[in-house]
Amino acid sequence: MASDGAGNEASAEVGAGDVRAVVGALPDIGRHEAGGWLVPGAAALAIAALPLVLSPYAQDVVVRIAIYAIFALSLELLVGATGLVSLGHAAFLGIGAYVTVRASGDSGGSLALLLPLAMGGAAAYAVVVGALSLRTRGVYFIMVTLAFAQMAYFVVHDTKAGGGSDGIFLYVKPTLAIAGKTLLDLGERMPLYYTVLAALVATYAFIALLLGSRFGHALAGIRVNEQRMRAAGFSTTPYKLAAFVIAGALAGLAGLLLAVKDGAVNPELLSWHESGAVLLMVIFGGIGSLRGAVIGATCFTLLKELFQSEALLGSLASHWQLTLGLTIIAFVAALPRGLIGLGARLRVMRPGGLAKAGARPSR
Amino acid sequence: MSALPAEASGPRAAEASASLLEAIGLGKRFRGLAAVDEVSLDLCVGEIHAVIGTNGAGKSTLINLLSGELAPSAGSIRFGGDDVTRWSQPRRARAGLGRSYQRTTIFAEFSVLENCRLAAQAKEPRPWLVWERAADDRRGIATATRALAAAGLDGDADRIASTLSHGAKRQLEIAMCLATGPRALLLDEPLAGMGAEETGRMLTLLSGLKATHAILLVEHDMDAVFRVADRITVMVNGQVIASDVPERIRNDRAVREAYLGDDH
Amino acid sequence: MDFATFLVQCLNAVQYGLLLFLVASGLTLIFGIMGVINLAHGSFYMLGAYLAFALAPWFGDWFVTRLIVGVMLAALFGYVLEWVFFSFLYERDHLQQVLLTYALILVFEELRSLSFGNDVHGVTAPGWLTGGFQLGGLMEYPWYRVFASAACLVVALALYAVVNRTRLGMMIRAGASNRDMVRGLGVDIRRLYRIVFAGGVALAALAGMIAAPLSSVYPGMGSSVLIICFVVVVIGGIGSITGALIASLLVGFVDTFGKVFFAEWSGVGVYVLMAIVLVWRPEGLMKRGF
Repeated sequence: MASDGAGNEASAEVGAGDVRAVVGALPDIGRHEAGGWLVPGAAALAIAALPLVLSPYAQDVVVRIAIYAIFALSLELLVGATGLVSLGHAAFLGIGAYVTVRASGDSGGSLALLLPLAMGGAAAYAVVVGALSLRTRGVYFIMVTLAFAQMAYFVVHDTKAGGGSDGIFLYVKPTLAIAGKTLLDLGERMPLYYTVLAALVATYAFIALLLGSRFGHALAGIRVNEQRMRAAGFSTTPYKLAAFVIAGALAGLAGLLLAVKDGAVNPELLSWHESGAVLLMVIFGGIGSLRGAVIGATCFTLLKELFQSEALLGSLASHWQLTLGLTIIAFVAALPRGLIGLGARLRVMRPGGLAKAGARPSR
Repeated sequence: MSALPAEASGPRAAEASASLLEAIGLGKRFRGLAAVDEVSLDLCVGEIHAVIGTNGAGKSTLINLLSGELAPSAGSIRFGGDDVTRWSQPRRARAGLGRSYQRTTIFAEFSVLENCRLAAQAKEPRPWLVWERAADDRRGIATATRALAAAGLDGDADRIASTLSHGAKRQLEIAMCLATGPRALLLDEPLAGMGAEETGRMLTLLSGLKATHAILLVEHDMDAVFRVADRITVMVNGQVIASDVPERIRNDRAVREAYLGDDH
Repeated sequence: MDFATFLVQCLNAVQYGLLLFLVASGLTLIFGIMGVINLAHGSFYMLGAYLAFALAPWFGDWFVTRLIVGVMLAALFGYVLEWVFFSFLYERDHLQQVLLTYALILVFEELRSLSFGNDVHGVTAPGWLTGGFQLGGLMEYPWYRVFASAACLVVALALYAVVNRTRLGMMIRAGASNRDMVRGLGVDIRRLYRIVFAGGVALAALAGMIAAPLSSVYPGMGSSVLIICFVVVVIGGIGSITGALIASLLVGFVDTFGKVFFAEWSGVGVYVLMAIVLVWRPEGLMKRGF
């Protein structure tokens, strides 16, 4: 360690740096737990085994949570990994859902066709929105992404092509067939359950892979210090646009699954309430963590179910927006780093916590 | 600062070789105020060309114009034979024009090695290789290790950058610059906030680099500048008032009046 | 389209634009000076409309009085809200501000639901402003709309005067460019922020009160106006009052004529306008400044 005339200054810096390194370490993208496959793997197996013990209604809730987890993971790539706060992410969820329903027509469709269409449609809109929005930064970016989502909302809400304010029904759920033999019928409960689980696992794995790659590291660099990245020779806009489009496509995947599960779509899927909700899910779990995104989606969905449950809360249930709103305020104010950050804080606070964290190598 | 090691200012190697970086009539106006006005200078491999001037003289604007962060209102810039006036900063950086910042601009959360490896990645980004781990980027890691060694940070590769001392962070700033394999270096006050020993180390580093690089050095530390520079350009109010070897700058009347005062 | 219809649409566009300007100016001031993005700004507009509805039985035809009382109540509410909630948002990053103000919308919506229910309410224009004047034979242009435009114009001029000609305005402009300097000069920056915030709330609420007889009072009116305001601020440039005015009028025209020519696709027009501005001048029509 370099020692100069100001020796005291250097060692005090080490102390501060350690805390920063620890508190900054866990909700930090440079170290997304790519190496930790054990916990996510075990969780996936556990979820796969759940139908053995859960009622159909509960399985339904699990599927819903899993779909929102995919949605939250897609936003995590944008917000947590790249540092781009988008308030219009629901547009891609909605586009994926609407494309699925429209392309299914009256006789249903093949998953092999609907999947690329839904994700492709969402990605196409993401290219346009991304290219325009990325001309702005910071709070402008937030407003512009919100505005473009609202634009999509108006298209589906007002126009005949969009279906109007009541939404549209999915008459026949998609299937997957080869040579006339049906392999997968998403109209059935079990196939849907495992398809959604598979999609969640695939999304998680893909994003984890992405984050550990050169592309992912470049995104992290852009998040931490975009100026330095440009000075080193990276053209940062194409990277950001790529992240935006990938996130949009994955949200489209979640949209397809949601449309299939609910059997209907409506314009509220593209509303800013939805965009705000997914942002909340990401921050609930803790920015900078894939597990956090999944945890956040789970907690938020369950919380919303709880607050709307008349059985538990009686008449307060009809005013769930109030309870939810106040909870969010309390949560964001008290735990800016989310639930995952809570773990970090507890670790630092234990005696010897700092020393252990010390000069840990980053990778 | 008598603790500085004696640096021999090399003979002007510039005369023989062609300039790598040239600014011709560069100007930048901000709402009518000329921050930089008709500035011309050039930079050759094998020399350290220092730019000095009082606060507000336009040095920072000049570096920003050269690196590509600001577009000039007038004039042009040539680098390695190309007219780069319209080139973006990343493009110039890829062409070999590196720069360091006055305010430390490192990736504080990453390890020292990762800082340099990421910088090195810029030369060969290949972002589509998503199945390859960045941690397995052997070429990048090798380049980064070399850059760290050159900057004197070999032992610190695994430390998290925010834990480094101030002087070490400035060294990392230079190392990141080197990791991109530049031909020319634009250094914006690399000695800012450094003590005597660190300054000495940095100057040794820069002298070692000059044989293979062209170095533009914007600095306030006059002793350091006079020790290590081969040429000095003096700016006042956005204009160049003198540009010559250190001995002649030291005795130039206009410079003394405008800037150096009676101390030298 | 004949000339009378065209004129009516132009007048409508201007009236809508001016109303938007009131709301947007509050938003852009709060953002430009305090650096806080406030998603709940639309709720203040809604607050104004519901105030107009609530105060109606008390003030009858004394419309201007009703407006003044409403504005003062709204300003008081804004002052307290800044003290109790928003002052804590200044140090937080944009993401947290977004989420906290989003939660605030939920709370406001629910409070509104508890106080006024979820029905759509009507507010009638005062007696002395009913009816209209003849425009080209068949068309009658309502006096109330003229009043609305005039009122907004007066407020806009007053705003311009305050910001550019008074000491308070000078402190506001200084605070926008250099917070620490202003603090160093002994200005109580916290009180300044509180006043600006209260002003922003009052502007939005005033717009809501004026708009109430025109667009009726309904849940969700806050959200729709908010997003349009965001578009106005993006087009006009953050922190710029002049930019907000120009942008509001532009949006007013695009929206009004869009409805005439493009029917069901009209909602999209404003966003296309924003997209064009983004391509041409991403930092907004007016760069930072008043």
